Amino acid sequence: MKILVPVKRVIDYNVKPRVKSDGSGVDLANVKMSMNPFDEIAVEEAIRLKEAGKAEEIVAVSVGPAKAQETLRTALAMGADRAILVQTDDEVEPLAVAKILAKIAEEEAPKLIITGKQAIDDDSNQTGQMTAALLGWGQGTFANTVDVDGDAIEVKREIDGGLQTVKLSLPAVVTTDLRLNEPRYASLPNIMKAKKKPLDEKTPADYGVDTAPRLTTTNVSEPPVRQAGEKVEDVDALVAKLKAAGAI
Amino acid sequence: MKTLVYVEHDNAEMKDATLAVVTAASKLGEVHALVCGSGCAAVADQAAKVDGVSTVHLADDASLANQLAENVAPLVASLMESHDAFLAPATTTGKNIAPRVAALLDVMQISDILSVEDENTFTRPIYAGNAIATVQSSDAKKVITVRGTAFDKAAAEGGSAAVEGVTGAGESGLSTFVSEEIAKSERPELTSAKIIVSGGRALGSSEKFEEVITPLADKLGAGIGASRAAVDAGYVPNDYQVGQTGKIVAPEVYIAIGISGAIQHLAGMKDSKTIVAINKDEDAPIFQIADIGLVADLFDAVPELTGKV
Repeated sequence: MKILVPVKRVIDYNVKPRVKSDGSGVDLANVKMSMNPFDEIAVEEAIRLKEAGKAEEIVAVSVGPAKAQETLRTALAMGADRAILVQTDDEVEPLAVAKILAKIAEEEAPKLIITGKQAIDDDSNQTGQMTAALLGWGQGTFANTVDVDGDAIEVKREIDGGLQTVKLSLPAVVTTDLRLNEPRYASLPNIMKAKKKPLDEKTPADYGVDTAPRLTTTNVSEPPVRQAGEKVEDVDALVAKLKAAGAI
Repeated sequence: MKTLVYVEHDNAEMKDATLAVVTAASKLGEVHALVCGSGCAAVADQAAKVDGVSTVHLADDASLANQLAENVAPLVASLMESHDAFLAPATTTGKNIAPRVAALLDVMQISDILSVEDENTFTRPIYAGNAIATVQSSDAKKVITVRGTAFDKAAAEGGSAAVEGVTGAGESGLSTFVSEEIAKSERPELTSAKIIVSGGRALGSSEKFEEVITPLADKLGAGIGASRAAVDAGYVPNDYQVGQTGKIVAPEVYIAIGISGAIQHLAGMKDSKTIVAINKDEDAPIFQIADIGLVADLFDAVPELTGKV
């Protein structure tokens, strides 16, 4: 079985985003960028399936700028076999990314696509579901545990009330939640080896996908700031404050 | 504009999350509601009573019992021929279904909206709530998920909508429901609780979490939440998690106990009316947004608080 793993280059999760003063967006100049943490979990899960003998090949894909090569090299260093960069400097929305992924899936014929449930920059939480819809495949979103069994996959999903298990016929799309696994760090020898693994460069036009945005961001602002209140000395003062505020 | 609101329910009861979506939809135009499920006529009756809903579409079929996205999305897409906007709550149900609908309609979804500025313009959080984007959609049809805490709840009584039956596409053959582990609890659900007591990694173990947090929550009739750190450490199940990637809550009172206040946690609770923080570390970021802070060892302070409220 072949697994396709879409990954996105985003602001590092440890960096606090700064809104530009002209309201045009978030300042990404000279900011550390990394692989979207949910996508890292996706790469890890694909590698574990390969290590368990349930997959033969892992293809990492990214749609983004030339520098997304670094993100793909990270996936290769973790254990992906080859990579495809669909290079564009434009901002590509989830719908267009899903269309590109669907085209790649038609060419590559993977049995499984595993990707993060959302990217930590735009927080859309759409790409996996949209890709599944365009391909007419089943979807196992917010995965907590996956179990491949022959031509089917069972996905235990994190839902609001608890956990739900669904069985999907393959091919299918899985999106990862936080507790699916803990991604490994790439070792130095593997980082060196990853430099020699194949990385194909493509453009959205190669797949005939129009990436013109449907949404226009007219402004980006700081969220309203909540002011700190006061510190109280002891539990009695806390109870008095809560009562005074009518909170209890 | 004619809107279609996805009703969140468990085949027996409509969930409160639906009411905020009705409010958001009413800012766009006429509100229709869609109830997808099996043996869920009672839910349609509840939806028909919601103030502002003019028609309820009821799709009652065995294939919709578990609201699998593969079975629900084609039905919604076909109903969108006669509606202009589809709005679902930004719950795990809504987030699972709406993008599938959007792709079938070739529409770019607008996720997790905080406000409706006009019929094409919305605000939504990005970067874990560290920035708010104003976005304008050029799609003729809109597909939207709605952050429940950002809109007032529509009145659950007062409406008298007609209920009309609609038929789905049946089983997609792509997915089947296997099982569900839903926490059964007398406690209020996090997203509708008036008071939430939330615990962090400082609790140290699931036994201590239970021993310290539960009695206070019982005393206050509160829901119980947790930080991602506490969930990852295995103190409590995943459905307790409050934060950008967990549940977004906005109760009257949020009591954060042993929670340092990581950005991603704050994004999930900073719209609470009164925030109380109890933490040993006086420099914990949680104190920067807390209305009432108490620097103390939680193992002393919380049992004392439980005794005094």
